[in-house]
Amino acid sequence: MGHDHDHSHLSDVQLRVRALESLMVEKGLVDSDALNVFIDTYETKVGPRNGAAVVAKAWTDPEYKAWLMKDATAAIDSLGYKGRQGEHMVVVENTPDVHNVVVCTLCSCYPWPTLGLPPVWYKSAAYRSRVVIDPRGVLAEFGTVLPESQEIRVWDSTAEIRYLVLPMRPAGTEHMTADELALLVHRDAMIGVKEVASPEQGDTP
Amino acid sequence: MNGAHDLGGMHGMGAIEIENPEPVFHGEWEKRVLALVLASGALGKWNIDKSRYFREKMPGPEYLNTSYYEHWLFGLEGLLEDSGLVSADEIDARMILRTSPTLPLPEPIEPVKPEQVSAVLKKGGPANMNDDCEKRFKTGDRVRVINRNPVGHIRAPRYTRGRTGTVVMEHGAFVFPDRNAATSEKVACQLYNVRFEGRDLWGDDMDYDPVYVDLFDNYLEPPS
Repeated sequence: MGHDHDHSHLSDVQLRVRALESLMVEKGLVDSDALNVFIDTYETKVGPRNGAAVVAKAWTDPEYKAWLMKDATAAIDSLGYKGRQGEHMVVVENTPDVHNVVVCTLCSCYPWPTLGLPPVWYKSAAYRSRVVIDPRGVLAEFGTVLPESQEIRVWDSTAEIRYLVLPMRPAGTEHMTADELALLVHRDAMIGVKEVASPEQGDTP
Repeated sequence: MNGAHDLGGMHGMGAIEIENPEPVFHGEWEKRVLALVLASGALGKWNIDKSRYFREKMPGPEYLNTSYYEHWLFGLEGLLEDSGLVSADEIDARMILRTSPTLPLPEPIEPVKPEQVSAVLKKGGPANMNDDCEKRFKTGDRVRVINRNPVGHIRAPRYTRGRTGTVVMEHGAFVFPDRNAATSEKVACQLYNVRFEGRDLWGDDMDYDPVYVDLFDNYLEPPS
């Protein structure tokens, strides 16, 4: 599954996509230059750095955090992140008692404006099938082992609400600015399969 | 529909393959599929629920053996054929001959221009509605998911059907996806977030963690 197709199958798909694109351009359904702008947007402009900025601001600005927890769509919009697949945002906060993790078991819904396009594993049958019934086992595969006393809440985004996890701020970061903190916040912590590591623990990707 | 896409709780789907680092795209064709889906979706000939339904219609064995962008390609081809914009025959012919003939469009179409892309993405497709539709439940209420197995689109996962949980959030009125996928009619329906205790979904042989699911009023009933 995923990207390990045999060569002939893949070249067949490539040919079909090329044929479809040539037809759609010729028929005037799509504009070639516009296609490149769509691609460039998600390849270079929209990604998890956006979500990291949201998290870092929430960690350093109590008023912003209160707004984020109350009206995430507006609070995230205020930083310039809005639109497709982020129209209705809810932020769920990790605490010593509760850890949150997000999935879409029915397709692969994901908060695009804050995290960009989802990774292959998030869209895989393996993740989507297991994380609802065995979140501890799934998190362990990501190297995340949580105490039994910490409840894991699995959020299955089955409608148009998109969930972003607010991870716990790691110890030893009290002196850091929001910009410095944002560099510690990686995508997987905002999906909820990892925690944010302390700076002395090294930068997990 | 009870398709292969409705994966929650299934066993035997293999290990989770984590790539590190992971590129945004795996090959040029994935980029093209993403862009074609976004650019043609903006024409307004279909909606997000219908596009999800057309991906779900991919035969189960094929769905499980192909990647996300192949699901998207399958769905896009179905939507284009359904809307009379591009037929499967035209694609087959174009794969063989670069200058294959094309069928006329049912009506003139104005494609998204490069300078419009940013605004299209920023606007997105809000699904909330102002309609004052009936709100039968409130936070704290116990609710049971109805046991229905329609062949059409439904956003109540199978693992929740017949199960009882507690309303924890009231999201407000949203477009009811089942109807939107079938007829493109925008019917407002209250949306809630429901917490299910792990034991109520999976049994009491182990300590299972809770699952939170967004569910529409139409999917719920008071527990008996």
